[in-house]
Amino acid sequence: MSTIVELLDVVMDFETSSLGRKQKVRAVDRVSLRINKGEIYGLVGESGSGKSTLGRVSLRLYKPVKGKVIFENKDITYLPERVIRPLRREMQLIPQDPYGAINPAQTIGEALIEPLQVHFNTSKEEAFNRACRALEEVGLIPPEDFMDRRPMELSGGQLQRAVIARAMILRPKYIVADEPTSNLDASIRTSVIKLLLDFREKYDQSILFITHDIALLSLIANRIGVMYLAQLVEEGSVEQVIKEPLHPYTKALLSAIPLISSQIGLEKVYLKGEIGDPANPPRGCRLHPRCPLVLEECKSREPPLIEVGNGRSVKCWLYYK
Amino acid sequence: MEVLTVNDLWVKYYTISGIVSAVSGVSFKLRKSEMLAIVGESGSGKSTLGLALLNMVPKPGRIERGEVILDGVNILKSSPREIMKIRGSRISMVFQDPFTTLDPLRKIVDQFEEFLIEHGVDKTRARSIIKEYLEAVGLPERVMYSYPHQLSGGQKQRVSIAMAIALNPQVVVADEPTTALDVIVQKQIMDLVDSIKEKYKSSIVLITHDLALALERADTVMVMYGGNIMEYAGKTELYGNMKHPYTRGLFEALPRILQKTLPKSLPGNPPDLRYPPPGCVFHPRCEFAMEKCKSEKPPLIEVSKDHIVACHLYG
Repeated sequence: MSTIVELLDVVMDFETSSLGRKQKVRAVDRVSLRINKGEIYGLVGESGSGKSTLGRVSLRLYKPVKGKVIFENKDITYLPERVIRPLRREMQLIPQDPYGAINPAQTIGEALIEPLQVHFNTSKEEAFNRACRALEEVGLIPPEDFMDRRPMELSGGQLQRAVIARAMILRPKYIVADEPTSNLDASIRTSVIKLLLDFREKYDQSILFITHDIALLSLIANRIGVMYLAQLVEEGSVEQVIKEPLHPYTKALLSAIPLISSQIGLEKVYLKGEIGDPANPPRGCRLHPRCPLVLEECKSREPPLIEVGNGRSVKCWLYYK
Repeated sequence: MEVLTVNDLWVKYYTISGIVSAVSGVSFKLRKSEMLAIVGESGSGKSTLGLALLNMVPKPGRIERGEVILDGVNILKSSPREIMKIRGSRISMVFQDPFTTLDPLRKIVDQFEEFLIEHGVDKTRARSIIKEYLEAVGLPERVMYSYPHQLSGGQKQRVSIAMAIALNPQVVVADEPTTALDVIVQKQIMDLVDSIKEKYKSSIVLITHDLALALERADTVMVMYGGNIMEYAGKTELYGNMKHPYTRGLFEALPRILQKTLPKSLPGNPPDLRYPPPGCVFHPRCEFAMEKCKSEKPPLIEVSKDHIVACHLYG
């Protein structure tokens, strides 16, 4: 299977300042993962887990402090922006908040035409026609009705469709969808997901799907990676991870979903407390202060990411042999 | 025994762009130590209804008609002074974002104390109440001397819950109390709400967009759409015997784990409540809509004991 995006030992730091004191927050800590061509890779974790940052590193919207970002066998980690720009049209981000994604002063038409002119120098008329077709493709029909409207004049669901239309108009090969439906009502969520899946089918795209909703991932992803406090703690095929989660954190995530947790035959795990401060992660295993299965060594030594066979790995001392 | 009775409640917002019918003729009863979940999507009127229960609908909103009877008294008729006393002591509210209740510039203990003193508690007693209730919601005593920003989202929500229950109100209205929280913390907070219900015999109105959460936690579930009650039933009855096409649509929109097909979604968008559709407010999105649904508003029909549906399919 060929790879579209590969992340090798990626580290990403941010500086924050609190009460005038600068401190470094490690948002992503030595994460490696591979996204195969045509695959939907689901990245799941709570807020503060670093999943969104990792997604943006994979698009080289952030330059990692350490590690490598490989896009289609090309190391793009340190390429200057001018060299990356032509690659940008092949990789696109669909963010959670559609209202933040499109300039509120722009019309939907302008927002769609702009990338075509920037990347392909498309003529005005041609760009207008393509923008209309793109809106049709996402079900905003008739497109003429939407071209002149501004973001605030659309419902959340409609605007997220427009954002998808804009991302797809450049025919990207790689999509990072960062909680694309979390702000939408349940009754329209599926239609937006379906839209993304249809595009993937039609244009042979690969998707990094970032979400806190592991149930949703179970329906659409091929593989799942679970992040906790900046680190990847478990990875495997969707069936393996959902049916037989290994990491106590993955088990806790599954145990907490209302209704579903009681429908799957799962050993329930409940965690104490909340995700720690990424600026000050616990020593040893980062989950150990919350973990009911904690061992002595968890408190002092960080577990390695252990390969357990079948393409599965888990970062937990319980599986160390 | 009922602690809260709502009769034919109507709320409208008089906005510049038109009159929005947010709540249209809602009635229900809440029993002692019952948890009622009000489920709906954005624009369903569920949050406005929650605010109306405390007679605190903000301008340009107005309660047009109806009664909210708490312990035999219609609080919509209470004077502003009386209502200030009732809020917090006999009926209280927990919001989605605890920042709306907590002042970011003042320590928890000062805010908590002020709230208690306003309700006639003396200072020494206030301190002991604060300690007792922070402990009851699982917070260490040092949280008293923290500022809100020093607390995590879950801890802040625990503080709001402690304040909401400190004066032993009969009813606590919780508006999406866990929506801003991650799933694991959401479970912790809902477990806390459950334990409070048991321990203090409080009645809880849980306002949520999440039907799964409602079906897991509540005793009774009321489904709202476009300002109207669509369906109302006990949790077990509703789970096993969903009637209204909207309730079924919401249920089918929930992802089932590892199923190979995506959940269904309802066609169309929620109604513009400046111009609510005639007849059944759900008919433009309903796959079973009949001629009658376009012109005649369906009455609430009792299909089995304590199971009420507003739908012509069951007329």
